[in-house]
Amino acid sequence: MSLQRLTSSFVPTGLNSHNLAADYKAVNLGQGFPDFSPPKFVQEAFCKAVNGGPLMHQYTRAFGHPPLVKSLAKFFSRIVGHEIDPFEDILVTVGAYQALFCAFQALVDEGDEVIIVEPFFDCYQPMVKMAGGKAVYVPLRPKAEGKGVLSSGDWVLSAEELASKFTPRTKAIVINTPNNPLGKVYKAEELQMIADLCIKHDVLCISDEVYEWLTYDGVKHVKIASLPGMWERTITVGSGGKTFSATGWKVGWAISSGHIMKHMKAMHQMSVFDCATAAQEAVAQGFEREYELFGTPESYFQQLPAMLNHKRKKLASCLESVGLQPIMPEGGYFMITDISSVKVDFSDQSTEDEPYDFKFVKWLIKEKGLATIPVSAFYSSEHSKEFDKYVRFCFVKEDSTLDAAEDILRRISQ
Amino acid sequence: MTSRHTHSKRIEGLDKNVWVAFTSLAADPSVVNLGQGYPDIPPPSYVKQALAEAALVDRMNQYTRGFGHPSLVKALSQVYGKVYGRQIDPFKEILVTVGGYGSLFSTMQGLVEEGDEVIIIEPFFDCYVPMVRMAGAKPVLIPLRLVKVRKKTITSADWFLDPDELSTKFNSKTKAIIINTPNNPIGKVFTRDELQMIADLCIKHDTLCFSDEVYEWLVYRGHQHIKIATLPGMWDRTITISSAGKTFSVTGWKLGWSIGPEHLIKHLQTVMQNTLYTCPTPLQEAVAQGLLRNFDLMGQPECYFSSLAEELEGKRDRMAAIVKEAGMTPVIPEGGYFMLVDVTSLNQDLSHILDDEAYDYKFVKWMIKEKKLAAIPVTAFVGDESKKQFEKYIRLCFIKQDSTLDAAGEILKNWSKV
Repeated sequence: MSLQRLTSSFVPTGLNSHNLAADYKAVNLGQGFPDFSPPKFVQEAFCKAVNGGPLMHQYTRAFGHPPLVKSLAKFFSRIVGHEIDPFEDILVTVGAYQALFCAFQALVDEGDEVIIVEPFFDCYQPMVKMAGGKAVYVPLRPKAEGKGVLSSGDWVLSAEELASKFTPRTKAIVINTPNNPLGKVYKAEELQMIADLCIKHDVLCISDEVYEWLTYDGVKHVKIASLPGMWERTITVGSGGKTFSATGWKVGWAISSGHIMKHMKAMHQMSVFDCATAAQEAVAQGFEREYELFGTPESYFQQLPAMLNHKRKKLASCLESVGLQPIMPEGGYFMITDISSVKVDFSDQSTEDEPYDFKFVKWLIKEKGLATIPVSAFYSSEHSKEFDKYVRFCFVKEDSTLDAAEDILRRISQ
Repeated sequence: MTSRHTHSKRIEGLDKNVWVAFTSLAADPSVVNLGQGYPDIPPPSYVKQALAEAALVDRMNQYTRGFGHPSLVKALSQVYGKVYGRQIDPFKEILVTVGGYGSLFSTMQGLVEEGDEVIIIEPFFDCYVPMVRMAGAKPVLIPLRLVKVRKKTITSADWFLDPDELSTKFNSKTKAIIINTPNNPIGKVFTRDELQMIADLCIKHDTLCFSDEVYEWLVYRGHQHIKIATLPGMWDRTITISSAGKTFSVTGWKLGWSIGPEHLIKHLQTVMQNTLYTCPTPLQEAVAQGLLRNFDLMGQPECYFSSLAEELEGKRDRMAAIVKEAGMTPVIPEGGYFMLVDVTSLNQDLSHILDDEAYDYKFVKWMIKEKKLAAIPVTAFVGDESKKQFEKYIRLCFIKQDSTLDAAGEILKNWSKV
């Protein structure tokens, strides 16, 4: 049973924070979802789908609603530089989460090794385990210590360390760009280094790109699948929830070469069979609109990062003003901050055995009413002690929420 | 350049799927589709309305609680608390999943281990066997058998499990038995005595019971849906699976739920948090609204749980009549929205079709092509050893508009005409 492989102590960070934050009525900069609504055009598309004909409420094509796979194929072919077949190369899933699950279950066997770059979105670890795979970790590390305000771009992989992780048993490497929690957006050269190793060792690449539209300061998101030799070995995962600020719709997808996708399709038809119709229809409409407006100021893919950039800067300056050291993210909607300068008396006995950042986060929620996520939760036990002085803030929130957080932080620093 | 890598062993041999094969054949708009089980009648308007309203609330478009949206699990606790006659903890004894299918998957992955045996009654909803195999366990099959009696009409009640045969299937490796009542495709509604027989064996061998009850509200006059979990000693060892799609005629919403004791449900919840984390929020909110509305109407004719069954009974009878007129023999279902039809008496010669497939597969493909009428072959629902027993049956879905049933009627009336 695949479940035996999971330790009972694992609880995803999102889940934990959600519960605690609710219990303490905290200002929630923890779990990663917007506290504002999806854009009007996509909400309208959803209502239109709901009020559409009877077929909008019945089963659609198992591997993806035809209008959606067609619009995804059209949209992404242009970006990847490869003609994507809507019916062979795409699988629509219940959120990017289920796309990841399908990929691991369909492709990872007992004893296979899967390289995970840290810090990693917490589900990769149990998913690899559940598939019987062995996770091999390699951390991103800050380039230079104590050099003023760091950027996520300063956190890099060591070429030698990465190369040493590849063995004859390596099945896949998982990358996440833009990265959660760090916000790193891998540069083309960094992806090329990873690609070279994948090709050399004949390894698959699972590329989680759910935050692909959220890059700042002119940084470009690069798809590893677009590099030579990578299309046929990469599974690119995307998210309607993150793309259109509608995380509750749970529409995601995986795009890959047909010979890999057919296995993920088999897994999908064995686990959920198909996904809800109306939400897929709405996401399809969203992509149709964005296809026409791509690169123009009316594009949501321009407007959302512009709006979030303002919030990113607001949060960073607020954190700095209270003496914390944020790592400026190049992408995504999270920011991690070094909290070692904050002196706290942890009188809460219940967290005694926990890592420093876990203690800090619990204290921050219970005593100060501000919810965040401890960053060592995104690391393997091998490396978590090196990174237990950071917490993650989500800035995809209304300005009023960010203001409330600022008030709390000011009061702490006084 | 091909990779040395291939797929994982767990999906070996699981790529074939009857739905994927037959839905594309039936997709031709000129084909009258009585194949895949979904309504072409609209869902109740208040349920669509609830969804449209939920989508306008900011918070409803973002993540909700992983194991089930609070308002939904509370509504489920209310409705099923009444049906079961017991307190059901909304947070510990319920899991919301992606359709009944997702509940089946979470159950198998959460509770079935490598080397276990799982008893499956034929004919079975086709995913049970591959899901059991994917969990590393061995499916042990036992067919329902038609006990031929001297009477004009055959019904799903004429199909039985042989008690002696069933008890031989249980051994120390048996982890669970899967039952489906009302049954897809036959429409059998297991009686209290039949369920008691199964329960006795579960208790004797300390086996779990996975009860697929997605058609629980669709039971026709003279029959009653009984929940095996309500029999003595069964609550603690049963997972009961239901479907919003079948309950509210919204199969495209893909929401379902599992109800059971905390010590079992917690494993399904662990699977959920590692597979897809949470189900869509606005859909869950709308289903909660639908449940609460009908909870208040339970026992009254306006309650959708009973009004849909009444509407379908008329369609069932109509379908049976037109099938008989065409010279085929229907098996009248006691529940569900499918009807088995015996095509033996048509003596349709398919020897010109050289594919190595069972008779019903050939028949259905031929029927779609030549007669423009789609059905599903019943051997898709049985193991190899039982194929001969079932290969003269096709499955028709009758949760269709009268115009669709009329169109099918026209085709069947003109069957013998070239």
